[in-house]
Amino acid sequence: MLQGKKVIAIGERDGISGPAIAACAKAAGADVVFVATECFV
Amino acid sequence: MGPRREEKALPDVVISAATQVLAHTPGFARHGSKPRRELPKDPAVAERFAAALRSYGAAAAYAPHQAWIGNVHPRDLPARPWVNAGGAPTRTGPFGEIMPQDEFLGLLAAVDDFGLLALSPHAAEAAATALAAHPLAKAFDLAKLDAAATDIEAAAGEAKALRLTPGAVMRCAQADDESLSAHVLIDNLAAKATATLALLHLLERSGIDPASVDYVIGAGEEAIGDRYQRGGGNMGKAVAQAAGLTEASGADVKNFCAAPVPALVIAAALVGSGVFNRVAVVSGGSLAKLGMKFQGHLSHDLPIMEDVLGGTAALLEADDGRSPRIRLDVVGRHKVSAGGSQPQVMEALAVEPLARQGIRMTEVDDYATELHNPEITEPQGSGDVPARNYRVIAALAAARKDIERTEIADFVARRGMPGFAPTQGHLASSLCYLPHALDRLTTGDANRVLLLAKGSLFLGRMSQLSDGMSVLLERNRAS
Repeated sequence: MLQGKKVIAIGERDGISGPAIAACAKAAGADVVFVATECFV
Repeated sequence: MGPRREEKALPDVVISAATQVLAHTPGFARHGSKPRRELPKDPAVAERFAAALRSYGAAAAYAPHQAWIGNVHPRDLPARPWVNAGGAPTRTGPFGEIMPQDEFLGLLAAVDDFGLLALSPHAAEAAATALAAHPLAKAFDLAKLDAAATDIEAAAGEAKALRLTPGAVMRCAQADDESLSAHVLIDNLAAKATATLALLHLLERSGIDPASVDYVIGAGEEAIGDRYQRGGGNMGKAVAQAAGLTEASGADVKNFCAAPVPALVIAAALVGSGVFNRVAVVSGGSLAKLGMKFQGHLSHDLPIMEDVLGGTAALLEADDGRSPRIRLDVVGRHKVSAGGSQPQVMEALAVEPLARQGIRMTEVDDYATELHNPEITEPQGSGDVPARNYRVIAALAAARKDIERTEIADFVARRGMPGFAPTQGHLASSLCYLPHALDRLTTGDANRVLLLAKGSLFLGRMSQLSDGMSVLLERNRAS
């Protein structure tokens, strides 16, 4: 599903971090173009 | 080889006092980072924002604020909703007070060493009258209020000045230095004022000689500096001076919202190693997060609930035979290698330090984690932060076989609590529970309380990591 797609990975501090999302997306063949984790509280 | 220094037994360290205050500053809310960016885009939204600000009476009556100043334990808070629920607007409590904005303007002027805050003559006089009647009046430099009184319209017209309220203007210190802009300076001055007020309450309540405090560690959310060193500090020493601690020095600990727990641990280490006898840890509140979730509040027809600035102070010293001990052998830290998932973070902070000393998780009476008030966070879609934390902690207790899976809900109900802190994260990160913990571990029936804080380092873009630290407090063996 993500093969060859460009992905922006935004994580959340109480949930899944940006790097963790990026690692999964990369493993699925995505081109991760931006990674960050944010705090919304 | 010279004579050997006489070996002295190193003392246990206690937290002998802790206080916390709020300043109700609805007029400052539009200067929070989010409203400051969003309100100018739409006058209609700005109008709704202004109409949704709370009165002092409503803010003081707000149940979580009463928990903050110690008039109710968080577990004894009434069922939600807390907002618009009425109640008595009690200003003072065993831990501190809720100061109204008009008075707080005077406190800001009283701790302003550079004449940057301008007040209208009316605002200065009103604040001076109120502060002169304050129980801590003798500690306030009221002469500075006279000096701050000026033609407020002329002050507002000065280059890069910031109109805070109709009667107050913050000047910049240098028009071309972002670090000395009016916005940054009022952030810092507000943090100084709230931390100073908390420390003055602590001195009053503990009755100690102010000259007996050796060191003050700042753990707030401000960044004091100039263009050449933007986060230079040092709030600890600034607050020490403002509170009359003539023999103290200080420094700051920075670690995003987690900062207060490492500050407490460092302070305890300084006392426990014999470097200093008495160390205070202080944290103030800045304007940046005021009104941060206003869009969620307005969309649910709620008042702007991020309208207060918090300040805290704690005092650490050698074992007095009465106060709760801070267990330096039960400190949890989130290592670089620990992993960033919530179970991994909580394993490092809530499980490992206890397991290392053979303490079961059920032997800790209260877990103080990030205690953000969910009534503030939920309308914006940020959920209930403490509830999420407690679920993970309880699940880890079950995984460790300290409780059965069927006991998870009971574990959370008995050892957790609802969030009650303003969303200034360093205050919410378990620090807000410290005065309650001291009560529970002295006059109450608890024997152990774990303070647990997390910080979002990744927000500063120097690391993808978060951080965290925990420390166990324990009833004094002599009591």
